Amino acid sequence: MTRYAVPGEPGSVVSYRPRYDHFIGGEYVPPAGGGYFENPSPVTGQVFTEIARGTAADVDRAVTAAEGAAAAWGRTSPAERARVLNAVADRIERNLEAVAVAETWDNGKPVRETLAADIPLAVDHFRYFAGAIRAQEGGISELDADTVAYHFHEPLGVVGQIIPWNFPILMATWKLAPALAAGNTVVLKPAEQTPASIHVLIDLIADLLPPGVLNVVNGFGVEAGKPLAQHPRIRKVAFTGETTTGRLIMQYASENIVPVTLELGGKSPNVFFADVADARDAFYDKAQEGFAMFALNQGEVCTCPSRALIQSSIYPDFMADAVARVEKIEQGHPLDTGTMIGAQASNDQLEKILSYIDIGRQEGATVLTGGERVDPGGELSGGYYVSPTIFEGHNKMRIFQEEIFGPVLAVTRFDDYADAIKIANDTLYGLGAGVWTRDGNTAYRAGREIQAGRVWTNCYHVYPAHAAFGGYKQSGIGRENHKMMLDHYQQTKNLLVSYSPNAQGFF
Amino acid sequence: MGFTEGAAELLRRLTAQYGPLMFHQSGGCCDGSSPMCYPAGEFRTGNSDVHLADLTVDGIDRPIPVWMSTAQFEYWKHTHLTIDVVPGRGSGFSLEAPEGVRFLIRSRLLT
Repeated sequence: MTRYAVPGEPGSVVSYRPRYDHFIGGEYVPPAGGGYFENPSPVTGQVFTEIARGTAADVDRAVTAAEGAAAAWGRTSPAERARVLNAVADRIERNLEAVAVAETWDNGKPVRETLAADIPLAVDHFRYFAGAIRAQEGGISELDADTVAYHFHEPLGVVGQIIPWNFPILMATWKLAPALAAGNTVVLKPAEQTPASIHVLIDLIADLLPPGVLNVVNGFGVEAGKPLAQHPRIRKVAFTGETTTGRLIMQYASENIVPVTLELGGKSPNVFFADVADARDAFYDKAQEGFAMFALNQGEVCTCPSRALIQSSIYPDFMADAVARVEKIEQGHPLDTGTMIGAQASNDQLEKILSYIDIGRQEGATVLTGGERVDPGGELSGGYYVSPTIFEGHNKMRIFQEEIFGPVLAVTRFDDYADAIKIANDTLYGLGAGVWTRDGNTAYRAGREIQAGRVWTNCYHVYPAHAAFGGYKQSGIGRENHKMMLDHYQQTKNLLVSYSPNAQGFF
Repeated sequence: MGFTEGAAELLRRLTAQYGPLMFHQSGGCCDGSSPMCYPAGEFRTGNSDVHLADLTVDGIDRPIPVWMSTAQFEYWKHTHLTIDVVPGRGSGFSLEAPEGVRFLIRSRLLT
């Protein structure tokens, strides 16, 4: 086990600057209003840097910079854009530890996850879209012997991207990589809870991007996010967050008649059929790990498998093993490589999780393990820690229906296949789901019947670049990842060309 | 519906700053499951929303309407909701975030 030094302390692989301005037009510029806000680490609750408090004037300046860069970047050859994205990927990869430790300090998640997942995945997403844009082709439709429809992909122009705080760098990458590959320029607003780590990334890659191609305006949603979403010269808005803000962004987009992609969360069912327990083998072990995946990233994942559905016939034994598995999750200092669960990202997030644990108890759900705030002691006492919590109850309880966004699992049982599908689909959301079975036919049918954008089958929490991610129902509109994401950042230009010398004959 | 004195104090400050207010209870990820506070009329409610209550707060002339989506209300209607405020940071586009605080819903079962 290794303990990384706190950023800025002797021996640390990374340091934060004491203050960050906005990154606009290839350089750092102070906020127009002159204000800054303090940014604490959720690991300790202590402030470690301060961040520009952006307003409409900063957003406007960034959009102007992005507009100025859009024409040239949009005309750049796919090979050149791919070269830039690959260079970005290489630069991040060479500084993987520094970026991972910075991310852990800003967000609170354990460094074993940022080292093994967040940052390597970000690297791979840049490479994937570098490849995808070179492989993308337009179309030629031969309408008749002398008439051809050509379909070209063209960039949208300036796009606005509002990033969540649960995977600050990876979620920024999910939106940035396809947008830049497709030839757009970007104004990006990081979450105010985790505004700092993106600037460690910018410091690494700023020299690789032409000025104005990527602009970062920090600030609060109401002061900086809203003017970005409303800006009349933005050609598209991409947002990850919750339903009310998602609807508000659609309202703003309707005023400008621009498209949106929205990823608004879920309440993902993780379904375990009885044959999972036919043997105590590697597959059973894998399924048990799949159950414990609700604790990944402290449960702060839109696709957190926060409802576990277990077939009644195996329920007692499966749950005994599962609770034991969850109780082995190591909670500790997020900069220890042995720590499996770190700090919740903010104090209000901690309070919200505790309020849900309270309503779960009031509704009569049984706490099988956890259920409380944790004080790890020492410098961590000021941080925001919750023990991995398992509730047993039924699907009409609020803890089964609302996204708690913490390490809180709601477990219930089902009798047969039809019962499983009914419970799985009894939710407002449809982002992710898990299906665990040794029977291929059951797996296929369940995967097709569950109304969710991604059904992990005999796996969970895998996020490759080449698989589409997005929601059914109230979980949002559009997809992320996969080469199809390029379409969300492109216009279709149709040239309808006649090669005939003759008049059409109407007039 | 109810609200704490801390929430009332914050609502008086926000009213002085922004004028009449409204709430829409959010669902979903990140800052979801939290009440969002906007200038009245900023968020367009419609057929898919339920008007839960009008909060009458001392020192504020106009009651503050609280809304929630109808679909979400189906799962919430057996609980009494109290709007509280805690130290915090983020909140979508909700008005209180720059104050370093966050509105929070506390729930208890209706008997």
